[in-house]
Parts: sequence; C-alpha cells; structure tokens
Amino acid sequence: MIGRRRRAADAAPSRRIPRTGLIVRGATGVAALVAASELLGRAGIVHRDFFPPASAVLLRAAELATDPDFLTDLRITLTAWFLGLLIAIAVAVPAGVLLGSVPLVNTAVQAIVEFLRPIPSVALVPLVALLLGTELDMKLTVIVYASAWPILYNTVYGLRDVDPLAKETLRTFGFGRLAVMWRVSIPATAPFIATGVRMAAAVALILTVTAEMFGGFGDGLGVFAAQAQNVPGGIDDTLAVAVWAGLLGLAANAALVAGERRLFRWQYHGHSH
Amino acid sequence: MMRLLRALVQRWLVFALGVAAWEVAARGATDPAFPPPSRIVAKMYDLWFSGPVTGLFLTEGARADILPSLTRLATALALGTVLGVVAGLALGRSAHAHAYLDPVLQFFRAIPPPLLVPVFIVLFTVGAQMQVSSIVFSVIWPILLNTADGARTVERLQIDTARVFRMRPAERLFLIIIPAAMPKIFAGLRLALSLSLILMVFSELQPATENGIGFRLYDAYTRFDYQEMWAAIALLGVLGYLFNAALMAVERRVLAWHRGVRGVTA
Repeated sequence: MIGRRRRAADAAPSRRIPRTGLIVRGATGVAALVAASELLGRAGIVHRDFFPPASAVLLRAAELATDPDFLTDLRITLTAWFLGLLIAIAVAVPAGVLLGSVPLVNTAVQAIVEFLRPIPSVALVPLVALLLGTELDMKLTVIVYASAWPILYNTVYGLRDVDPLAKETLRTFGFGRLAVMWRVSIPATAPFIATGVRMAAAVALILTVTAEMFGGFGDGLGVFAAQAQNVPGGIDDTLAVAVWAGLLGLAANAALVAGERRLFRWQYHGHSH
Repeated sequence: MMRLLRALVQRWLVFALGVAAWEVAARGATDPAFPPPSRIVAKMYDLWFSGPVTGLFLTEGARADILPSLTRLATALALGTVLGVVAGLALGRSAHAHAYLDPVLQFFRAIPPPLLVPVFIVLFTVGAQMQVSSIVFSVIWPILLNTADGARTVERLQIDTARVFRMRPAERLFLIIIPAAMPKIFAGLRLALSLSLILMVFSELQPATENGIGFRLYDAYTRFDYQEMWAAIALLGVLGYLFNAALMAVERRVLAWHRGVRGVTA
C-alpha cells in the first residue's frame, strides 16, 4: 500500500513543469547556491578556515579525482559499502520471507527483533572495533547490522500485503505452498524489498563512513575526512570528501530507482493513472 | 485467560530462552568481551539507576551521561522538525521553488552526516553547539523533503473545495494542507529519529567530548571496559525503543482519522 501510494505521488508533480524546465531550474538552483556560498566565503564575513568559498571546495573535489591516495580511499569505501549491502540483502531477505510467511516464527522472534532493532548501530562501532580491529571485518559487521533492518521490515510488510485472492486462486489450481510463494508472494513483495534496499543503501553509506572515521587509520573516505581535520586548512579536504560522498549517495539512489522502474514497470503502470 | 497466557508464552518464550542461552554460554566462555546479560544489567544499575529515591533513582553518573545526551537530542529534534516542516510546507506549495531547490536538497540529504562533524567541530569547537548542529543536519532533510512531498500531493478536489468555501490562506494551510501532509511528515520523523540517535552517539564519540552516553562509551573503549560498553549499548537500545514507541503513539493519535494508519516503517 505504502509503496504504491508513494509511487503514484511521485509521478504527479512533474506534470506542471516540463522535464527540460525542471532540469534548467534545478541547475539554476545549484548554481545559485554555489554563487551564494562563494560570495559568503570571499566577503570575509566568516573566516576562510571555517567556511571556504565553494570554488575552492569544488576545485579540491575535482583535484581529488586524480589523487591516487584518494582513489584508494574511494575504492576501499565503495567495496565495504557494496559488500555490506550485499550481505545485508543475503541475510535479511530470507529472514524476512521466513518471518513474513510463518506466523509462529514471527510471534516467537518478534520480541528479540524489537529488542535489537532500536540499538543505534553506531553504538556498536567501539565494541566491534575492539573485537575485530578497524579493518573491513569491523565495517562489514556494523554496516550489515544497520542496513539489514529496513530490508527485513519491508520484506515482512510486503509479504503481508500480498493479495490473498491471488494466493487462493493458485491454491485452488492445486499449487503447493512453495509454488504459491514463488509465483505470487515473492514477485508481489519484490517492489517492497527494493524500497528496503534503497533505504538500506543510504544507511550503509553512513555507517561505512562512521566506522572509518572512528577507526581513523587505514584507508577510506571517512579516514581521509577524519585525518584532514588535523591539518590546518584541512576543511577544504573534508568538504571535498563530503561532496564526493553526497554525489555517490545520489548516484546509488538514482541507479536503484531506475532499476525499480525498469523491473517493476507493471506496478507503475497499474497505479499512476 | 488461557488464550492470553498462550499468546504471552508464544511471544516471550523464545526471547527468554535466547537470553538464558546467552547467559549460560557467556558464563561458560568467561570471555571478558562477552559478559553475561545479568552482569550487563547489574552494570547498568550501578552506573545509572542505583541513585536515591528523591532523584528518581538516577545516579550522579546518569546526570552526567543520560541527561546531557537527551537534552541535546530533544533540542536538535525540535529545531530540525520546526525548520524542516516550515521549509517543507513552503517548498511543497510552490512548484517553482521546488523545481529550483530539489536537486540541492537531495544532494544535502545524500551526504552522510558524520562526514560533516569535523566541519561542525571547526565551526563550534567540541561541545553542545557542535553536537546539536550535527543532529539537526541529519534530521532536517528527511523531514523537509517528506513534508514537501506531502504538501505537494494534496488532492486537487480538496484544494478546489477550499476555494469554493473561500477559505483564507491560513485556514487552508491548517485545515487542509498540513493534515494532508501529516502522514508523510510522520514518515520523515521516523527516519529522522533513527538518524538523530546515530548522530547523537557519533558526535559524543569525538575526543574531547565532556559528557553524554557516547562519551561514556568512548571512555569505556579507551579503558577496554567491555562491561561498561555493553551497558551503554543496552541503554541506547532501551532509549531507542522508548523514543520509537512514543513517536508511534503520537502518530497513532494524530493520524487516527487517516485510514492508512498502520505501523509501517516505509
């Protein structure tokens, strides 16, 4: 329900302004923001070390694209992010299917889930850092812990939302439980799972960076940003990394949305009258 | 009665068994990194809840750890919600403003907020201001963008009805647009709440922090005090659970009229 309603809403507003108009206005907005922060930075109202002009930050961000150290950091962060998300999907989707389709398991485990989920994942960072060091293992542990929940919950809710009539119909044709699951429930749940994965991707990036910043050694965007703050004028570097991370987050989100649109086209057609 | 009992057993049996198994395993292993749950609870009691009756059983430690964290969290959530909802409503009601600002806002939302903590440290030095601004930065985007989304998609019929009844702009805002955007606003608040806890802890994990639950956690980390770390993690879990329950209760009350109300985290 929720997923569908949101899609129907997504489609509505762009109707008033044509697509090219949206792009032009969006670009103007970005340019205006850059110009405003440039002025603020140059006018000397705020100190250069606190608030560098946008051009300096963007220039630095562009420079970083050819900096081998930064590229290593970028690769390390992307690897942890991607692997962590992959493991979270591999763990959370089957768990969600189990919880969503076997009511007894659901009631039995619910208390444990409700107890574990509210723990803010970042609270685990120091403990896991002591146990596993600050390398990939530690990052993966906290990334998976943080990003498994949205996937798990969306899978469970998606399964609960499956049209009972469709299931009944297949059952009357003599299909077994697993066949109904495979042919009706899983395809109907897939868009929900995809939404969960998209939410998880954002959380996973946050936890990757958090874990790296806490460790403070080794490689990764978070390490780069954390080390920059100890250098005079390092704020340019920190902000340049933030620009990169923001663009990566946007790109991942856009890719996932495009994937959803392509995979679940039937759903968009059905509901965006 | 039997039914209730059975439901209770079904719900808590596996949980109780799990805790019992953890207790037995941890006692057997005697690994300092994995203390048994009974010891964690005892530690929590010692650290925070063994105070005098007059102070609601809160200890000196609770006043140094829990209260500063909660004050900063509440301040930041209040600030972020007000700013986000006001800006979101304005943005949602103007298709042009939305077209100009959406890419910029989406970009800000995509930045992992912990990356900006060093920037806030430079701006404000380590302290309450830095911590509050870090949390505000994390919560404002989901609230703002969700509110804008909700305000944008008010049904045509409702707006037309308002026009027919010659509603004044203020009436239209409070009687139609805000209620219509409410479900989306709450969806944003739920996201914001979990982000705010992450940033609350992370901003307190910074060296040179003076108080807060995150500070207690970092302090325990530097002393390899596993029991205290587990206690802090459990405390954060309990607090997270309570905040979430409170938000859900408010949501159910505020959105009682809305037929789509369900405990959905989408």
